Amino acid sequence: MDLLLKILIGLLTVIIAPILGGLIAGLDRVITARFQSRQGPGVFQPFWDVIKLFGKERFAVNGFQILYVLVSLAFAIGALLMLILMQDILMLIFVLAFSTVSLIVGAMCVRSPYSKIGAMREIIQIMAYEPVIILMAIGMYMITGSFSIESIINYQVANGPLFFQLPLVFISFIFILTIKLRKSPFDFSMSHHGHQELIKGLTTEFSGMQLALIEITHWIENVLYLGLIIMFFGNNIYIGLAVAAFCYFLEIIIDNISARTTWPWMLKISYSFGLGLALTNIIWLYLKGGIM
Amino acid sequence: MGLFDKAAQKSPWIIHFDCNSCNGCDIEILACLTPLYDVERFGVINVGNPKHADILIVSGAVNQKNQRVLKNIYNEIPEPKAVIAIGACGCTGGIFRECYNVMGGIDTVIPVDVYVPGCSPKPEAIIDGVVKALGKLEEKRKKMKEKGEENPFLPEEFTSELVEIPSLTSETKEPVSVSHNPEEPK
Repeated sequence: MDLLLKILIGLLTVIIAPILGGLIAGLDRVITARFQSRQGPGVFQPFWDVIKLFGKERFAVNGFQILYVLVSLAFAIGALLMLILMQDILMLIFVLAFSTVSLIVGAMCVRSPYSKIGAMREIIQIMAYEPVIILMAIGMYMITGSFSIESIINYQVANGPLFFQLPLVFISFIFILTIKLRKSPFDFSMSHHGHQELIKGLTTEFSGMQLALIEITHWIENVLYLGLIIMFFGNNIYIGLAVAAFCYFLEIIIDNISARTTWPWMLKISYSFGLGLALTNIIWLYLKGGIM
Repeated sequence: MGLFDKAAQKSPWIIHFDCNSCNGCDIEILACLTPLYDVERFGVINVGNPKHADILIVSGAVNQKNQRVLKNIYNEIPEPKAVIAIGACGCTGGIFRECYNVMGGIDTVIPVDVYVPGCSPKPEAIIDGVVKALGKLEEKRKKMKEKGEENPFLPEEFTSELVEIPSLTSETKEPVSVSHNPEEPK
């Protein structure tokens, strides 16, 4: 019975997450348009885009591209299921990294220089954000004594939200979120906006159905990252949802007011500011005498 | 009208190629994207990548040098696709028609679906042209369905008719005669 319930929850997640992610993307576009004093498209525009892409002619530069796109989607869904079913957070981070890596391999397996440079920049982005996410998991482990999301939530229900013990980690996680949501100033591997110096970076050589699947993967990842924000407020999901919505709104504002930077600048700022904040928090926890 | 047809009408992504125009038409095309006209409310996005695009918008007269690039971009757009020629130069060659290096309008090189005349056309006219191109897209989707697409993932299985691209290393000095009918010998 327990297993049956889990399967049901998993199925629901697989159906609901892309819909939720698409709606978030649509709202993003509407709000961005309003910031630029335009009317903007409808909220359901991303769905129309993806359906259209499914209906386009299918051709691939390399026959293996579609495989890597599907693997990327599968790993993203896997990571989301691990979050929903409250599994190990460390494993979740690794599975999520696999999702990005397979997309990079897909972009690398064609000969287009734009695609390749986009893939290299994506690798640099992984370098920039992965340490902070690992430190987030370590911080949660130091407080709750477990990597299991279930125990982390249970701890918060008993002792209040983790946010008050990991405030600096939370700030640096929001910082990293800008990279992961592909928002300006860190959208140099693949931007949402039409023109950038690399044509379309990572997705230059993907077209039609492949591009649609990449878009869906991106939606699922967005939902997953917003879910990780909620994990900081595990005792009350409504506060978590409100904070996640606020953080996404903040990212849209940052996207609209900042220009794209170069990758050395991103590495410098994420290693000094992001990693510095997270490490400070961890050291403080250690000195305070958390469970170690 | 199926779901895919409706989606194709709702999100036409355009790619803009400037074939040596005087930039008058280009500015009018970009004006469509500004808050005043805001074509994004119809789902139109100006993408920089032909592989993501549905509609090719070309301004300016084609010449011997850039016809190869134009054909390349046309071939890279996946079906269903439509081409719009913008401005007097794009439609017929305009005042540059008789120049020694100019081949004439866009339709001397690639098949054109919609002509938007004017020097330069107003943004309203260009938006109207895009709406007309949407009708063409629907027709092409129907044709695509009739043809049927088998084994879609292999590069050999291009279902669109490719436009011939003249070789860069050709040694002939005289202008290459071009037609958009692949069967016709050069």
